[in-house]
Amino acid sequence: MTTTNLAAMHTAAAAPAARPDTVYFFGTCLVDMLYPEAGLAGMDLLRHAGVRVVFPEGQSCCGQPARNSGYFEEAREVARAQLDAFPGDVPIVVPSGSCAGMMKTHYPHLFEGDPDQPRAIAFAARIHELTAFLVNVLGVKLEDKGEPVTVTWHPSCHSMREMGVVDQPKALLRQLANVTLVENKRERECCGFGGTFAVRQTAVSTAMVSDKLASVRETGAGTLLSGDCGCLMNIGGHAEKVGDGTRCRHIAEFLMERCHAQ
Amino acid sequence: MLSEKGGADGGHPPEHAPRFAERAPDALNNPQLRRNFRRAMDGLMAKRAAQFPDPAYWAELRERGAAVKARALAKLPDLLERLEARLTTNGVQVHWAETTEEANAIVLGILQRAGARTVIKGKSMVSEEMHLNAHLERHGIEAVESDLGEYIIQLAGETPSHIVMPCIHKNKDEISDLFAEKIPGLERTGDVDELTAAARRVLRERFAQADAGISGVNFAVAETGTLVLIENEGNGRLSTTMPPLHIAVTGIEKVVELLDDIPPLLALLPRSATGQPITTYVNMISGPRKKGEMGKAGEKDGPTAVHLVLLDAGRSRVYQDVELADTLRCIRCAACMNHCPVYTRVGGHTYNAIYPGPIGKILTPQLQGLDAAGDQPHASTLCNACAEVCPVKIPIPDLLVRLRREAVRPTETPATHLPVVKDGGAERSWNEALVWAGWRLVYTRPLLYRMVTRALAWGGNWVPAGAPLMRDWTTARTKPRFKPRTLHDLARERGYPNRLELDEVPK
Amino acid sequence: MSARANILGRLKAAPARPGPDLPPWTPPTYADKLARFRQMAEANHAEIHDVTAETWPERLATLLNNRGVGRLMVAPGTPRGDTLLRAAAQGVALPTLVPYDRAVEDLKDTLVHQVDAGLTGTRGAIAETGTLILWPTAEEPRLLSLLPPLHIAVLEEDALHDTLAAVVRDQGWAAGMPTNALLISGPSKTSDIEQTLAYGVHGPKELIILLIKKGE
Repeated sequence: MTTTNLAAMHTAAAAPAARPDTVYFFGTCLVDMLYPEAGLAGMDLLRHAGVRVVFPEGQSCCGQPARNSGYFEEAREVARAQLDAFPGDVPIVVPSGSCAGMMKTHYPHLFEGDPDQPRAIAFAARIHELTAFLVNVLGVKLEDKGEPVTVTWHPSCHSMREMGVVDQPKALLRQLANVTLVENKRERECCGFGGTFAVRQTAVSTAMVSDKLASVRETGAGTLLSGDCGCLMNIGGHAEKVGDGTRCRHIAEFLMERCHAQ
Repeated sequence: MLSEKGGADGGHPPEHAPRFAERAPDALNNPQLRRNFRRAMDGLMAKRAAQFPDPAYWAELRERGAAVKARALAKLPDLLERLEARLTTNGVQVHWAETTEEANAIVLGILQRAGARTVIKGKSMVSEEMHLNAHLERHGIEAVESDLGEYIIQLAGETPSHIVMPCIHKNKDEISDLFAEKIPGLERTGDVDELTAAARRVLRERFAQADAGISGVNFAVAETGTLVLIENEGNGRLSTTMPPLHIAVTGIEKVVELLDDIPPLLALLPRSATGQPITTYVNMISGPRKKGEMGKAGEKDGPTAVHLVLLDAGRSRVYQDVELADTLRCIRCAACMNHCPVYTRVGGHTYNAIYPGPIGKILTPQLQGLDAAGDQPHASTLCNACAEVCPVKIPIPDLLVRLRREAVRPTETPATHLPVVKDGGAERSWNEALVWAGWRLVYTRPLLYRMVTRALAWGGNWVPAGAPLMRDWTTARTKPRFKPRTLHDLARERGYPNRLELDEVPK
Repeated sequence: MSARANILGRLKAAPARPGPDLPPWTPPTYADKLARFRQMAEANHAEIHDVTAETWPERLATLLNNRGVGRLMVAPGTPRGDTLLRAAAQGVALPTLVPYDRAVEDLKDTLVHQVDAGLTGTRGAIAETGTLILWPTAEEPRLLSLLPPLHIAVLEEDALHDTLAAVVRDQGWAAGMPTNALLISGPSKTSDIEQTLAYGVHGPKELIILLIKKGE
């Protein structure tokens, strides 16, 4: 029950979030190398909302890949490097529900019995998923400047079930006058990425992503948005492989393009 | 490195039973099976959701359910002794078995002493765990399953594919064919009522003739010495009421402290399992048929002897680790498998285990060992759908990860110096350990990390699609594309500061 | 060492863990218990007939005759069984009454093959789930509510409780459980074949509840 208690503790600590003037941005390793434009869009959205954004050079990865593979020590050392990289007491905004979930819900447990556990608990309390931060903390108001478009949403499992992010990204999309949001039938179902799952259990993963894409296609929306690049890499990569024209994009990039395009 | 297929680098002997990843394609390539499961799971998910319309009440109820089971586990040895004492006072004979072999021997012994030739069975996953039917048959005792689903499975010579709905993998047509073939005098019928009536006719006679009934137990109440069994069909009541002898088999983790603990668990179990507010029957057994005494008439039915076999079979080992022991809170509702995107696609048989789905993925490796089932914890995306619906709040994804750890880097029980989980370290691979050591080296050193990510930005896209891991990834997806400039580069270019005290230079 | 000693020894040697306190849980209550019971019992596929304490045997006779029930099993020595036996003696046109008056071993064939219905009383009912509470006794055996294809249960409106939690607590069940306590919510059913509901797979195909209204 330890994890649960810790989670309850730092959730409570993080609850009253006053509007800060500065935030850290944790880009995540996947965004860093494969989707940097999504990360940049996330930072730009925060800046447009009037917040100073700091991107610490020393950041790398949340450590989730190693933890989920059972290599807790390696995960902890990489996690410790992130504790060091974000020293100030300001919110840390993450453009990925999964990495945010790792840092918020699993760091306290990962550091059990480690002298850095108090630091990990405090760090966890400062973690925010990007769309939730934009809505809950900054209360952003968006103005749509784009052409009419229909989109559908893929919530990542960890953003929903570890970060409790369910309505916020949709609330942002609903602010956009020319965007029609249609739900896909299997919205809450996992896309089959699961990190190493995709390569360890290729057959099951393929069945999952192909069902996911089918339910996206059924909506008729040409664009799938998500807040997690792991899912996007999976669904988008599958769409491309099977010659499906669905565009898979990170929500931050989409929002920036529609509201602040130059 | 992470391949499930070879086995050479994972240290698995070639004679190893097919692993999950190897078994999955059979199910995935069977469209009928996929449709059967998808349809059933969609229905069960919708029915469950309709039972918990108020999230606040659901949260309160499951907190209570989880606490009831956690408290019972905290007092487990004490409660087992109290249960035994109370049952004995009530006239129920209690037996203890460390292994399934011992449990089989106990059951067989009781039956032989009673001269029993035929046994009618209520649904019991523990008896599946024991392979009890086969054991009895080897000793000349016929065991007939009476739960309709189990009966169908037994006729087909198969094993259950779901712990609540054992024949969920079969559709009506398949069952019609099976009945027409196996039940003498029955014409092939596609009518579910007729199929059900046929089973009733056959099994009625079996109930009437059976020398003994065998059942599982959903909850055992220490306070009152009561065995609580739930079911819809009435076969459970018949099995435990009609024959002169009733033997219940159960895992030691099924005990709860108080009768007052039952209502919250009963409010959770059928709702979570089948989306019913309650099952048709809740059968609370606290003793055998009461004999007449001092001028008072005795009862006219009910078994004259009731036995309870308490089975360990690895559970006391699970109990040694406080985190892993949460596994023992399970009340076998199957909500985790009904909501599992993996189970829904491959069905229960792919797991090649008594308990499939998410709960099986944490239970099987602990009961059978990581050598036999060390791949199971990896058959999950850690999507958390199971944890979201678990009525007793078992943190299944956390335990899956914990077992992945025990498979590669086992921890020891301090007292015994044995691995916490049987065959801990069975999945250890030097290649994999080396990869993570290298990963750690790079990801903890900012300068090195920048060098590596820049190198990948420059040349990462030249990695061939046939490279290890990439080969598996690209069976269904295009290669991920490294971008020429990393977010680190872009952030600096756009003028975002590196440290709190630095000024932003927007560009 | 015995299996018992080994198992208990291992459990006792395990690290101690604190048992959590039970968090509060407030089971539901119903302003109109009868309405809730009716709704849920009917959803469970039970058939409810409002009757009076005086005339229910006549009402039952009509119901059973309409269904063509030929043999009704009753429990002599119980208030409900004796009422029916008296009514039959007084000329109420009930089906042939078959008494459950000896041990099951001597009555198996009758029970399994030769009765169409069985009548029991109830100890009360649960509004939340539309559930009957039965505590079988020496006079009213367990199988009477299970083997005949039609189960008729007599329930008094006064005996409705909100929830199982409430009745277990209010009646102090923990102080003395019977050898067999039963909660019955509708007729026997299964959905093992393609999740299609079918009734009467092993137990009764139908459940009729005769509800004796308060003060009537």
